[in-house]
Amino acid sequence: MNSDFIQTLVTTGKLAFWTTLILFLLGLPIAYFLAYSRFRLKAIIEALISMPMVLPPTVLGFYILVAYSPQNWFGQMMEQWFDVRLAFSFGGVLIASIICSLPFMIQPLQNGLASLPSSLKEASYTMGKSSLTTFFRVLLPNIRGSIIIAVAMTFAHCVGEFGIVLMVGGNMPGTTRVASIALYDEVQALNYKAANQYALVLFLASFVVLTIIYSINKKTV
Amino acid sequence: MPSIYIDVKRKMTTSEGEKMLHIEKEISGGDFICLVGHSGSGKTTLLRMLSGLVTPIEGIIKVGDEVWFDSQRKINLKPQQRSIAYMFQDFALFPNMSVEENIRFAQKEKDKTKVNELLGIFGMHKLAKQKPAKLSGGQKQRVALARALASSPKILLLDEPLSSIDHEMRERLQCEILRAHEYLAATSIMVTHDMSEAHRMATEIIKIKNGLIVENDESNCSCLR
Repeated sequence: MNSDFIQTLVTTGKLAFWTTLILFLLGLPIAYFLAYSRFRLKAIIEALISMPMVLPPTVLGFYILVAYSPQNWFGQMMEQWFDVRLAFSFGGVLIASIICSLPFMIQPLQNGLASLPSSLKEASYTMGKSSLTTFFRVLLPNIRGSIIIAVAMTFAHCVGEFGIVLMVGGNMPGTTRVASIALYDEVQALNYKAANQYALVLFLASFVVLTIIYSINKKTV
Repeated sequence: MPSIYIDVKRKMTTSEGEKMLHIEKEISGGDFICLVGHSGSGKTTLLRMLSGLVTPIEGIIKVGDEVWFDSQRKINLKPQQRSIAYMFQDFALFPNMSVEENIRFAQKEKDKTKVNELLGIFGMHKLAKQKPAKLSGGQKQRVALARALASSPKILLLDEPLSSIDHEMRERLQCEILRAHEYLAATSIMVTHDMSEAHRMATEIIKIKNGLIVENDESNCSCLR
C-alpha cells in the first residue's frame, strides 16, 4: 500500500468521522423538535432536511459552491470574519458533507423518538424531572437502536460520498481527495489494481455497516 | 391530606363530534375517588388536567391552599411542580432501567433505604435488577405502584391501572393500591370501567358522561371507611 492510498483513506475516514460527530450533536435537538413540535411549518423543515435524499448531489454541490464564492454574502462573511475560503478546502467539503448527510442522521433519530410512547416522557415530567433530564435519562437510552442506525448510515453515506465532494472540494490529494473520487481517478488512468483496492475498502465498509444495521433491526423487532 | 377543588373546562373531540368537558367538584383530603363512565367521556382528560399534562381552556385547580391552575390569574404549574404521582394505563416503566432504578429515578432526593423498603412492601427484592421487559403484567403494575410511592406525592392519579390484569391478580392488586393510598396519606383518583371494583375501592364514585358529572355515589362505597 502506498502513501497516497493511506492518505486518501485517512481523509475519507476523517471526513466521515467529523461529519458524523457534528451531525449527531446537531441532529439530536433538531430530531427532538421535529418529533414533538406541532409547529405549523414543520412539513417545510422536514422536506428541506430530506432534500439531499432525492436531489442529485451535483445540484446541491453547485449551490454550495456558489454560496462559498467570495462574491456571495456567505463566502464574503467567511473570508472577512474568519479569513477562510471554503471552496476546495477540507472545511468546505465538511460543511457540504454535513448538509448532504442531514436526512441520514435526523430521520432515524426522529422516527426513534416519535415511536416511543408519550407516557414515558409524561411519566418523567410528573416525577419532577426537567425536559433535559428526561431527554438524556429516559428518551435517548430507549432509542439506542435508532442512534446506532443513524450514526452508521451517516458514516457509511459519507464514506461513499462522491458527487458533492467532487463539486465542492475537487480532487486534491491529502485535502479533499476521498476514496470514491480516487477510485474514479484510478479507473480513468486505467490503473485497475489501485482502483480495486479502493473499491474493496468501500465495499467492505458498506457491508460491515449494513450488517450492523440489520443485526440491530433484528434485535429490536 | 390535601383537598382538591376543581372547576375546569376543555374541548374534547369524541366520536360524536366536539364536546365541552366541564367538571366542577370538591374532593375531601384522603378520599379515594373512582371515576367511571364510557370511553371518551373525559375521565383520562380530567386526570391529565390535574397532572398538568393538558391545559384546560379555563377554570381553576386548587390543591389544599396551593393554586395549580387559574386561567384568570394566568397560573399554570408545570407537571414537574405539582406533587402528584401518575400511574399510566401502560404503566410507563422506563425500559432502559431496572426495577430498582425505575423506583430510584422517581425520588426527588436519593434515598436507598426507602427504595429497599418499597421493594420489600411489594415483594420485589428478587426482581430488583430485572428490566421491565422481563416482568409479567402484575409485576409491572406493582413496580409502577412502588414507583408512584417513591416521591411521596400528595395526589395519586391512577388511569385504569388494573385493566390488563386477570381477575385473581386484580383483587390482590386492588388491596395493594388501597394500601399505597393509605401509606401515602394521599388523595387518590382512579379511572376504572369496572363498577364492582369502584364500589369495592372508592370512598366516592363519580360518573362522567359526555364531559359532565352525571352522578355522585357515596352510598355503597365504604371499604376505606
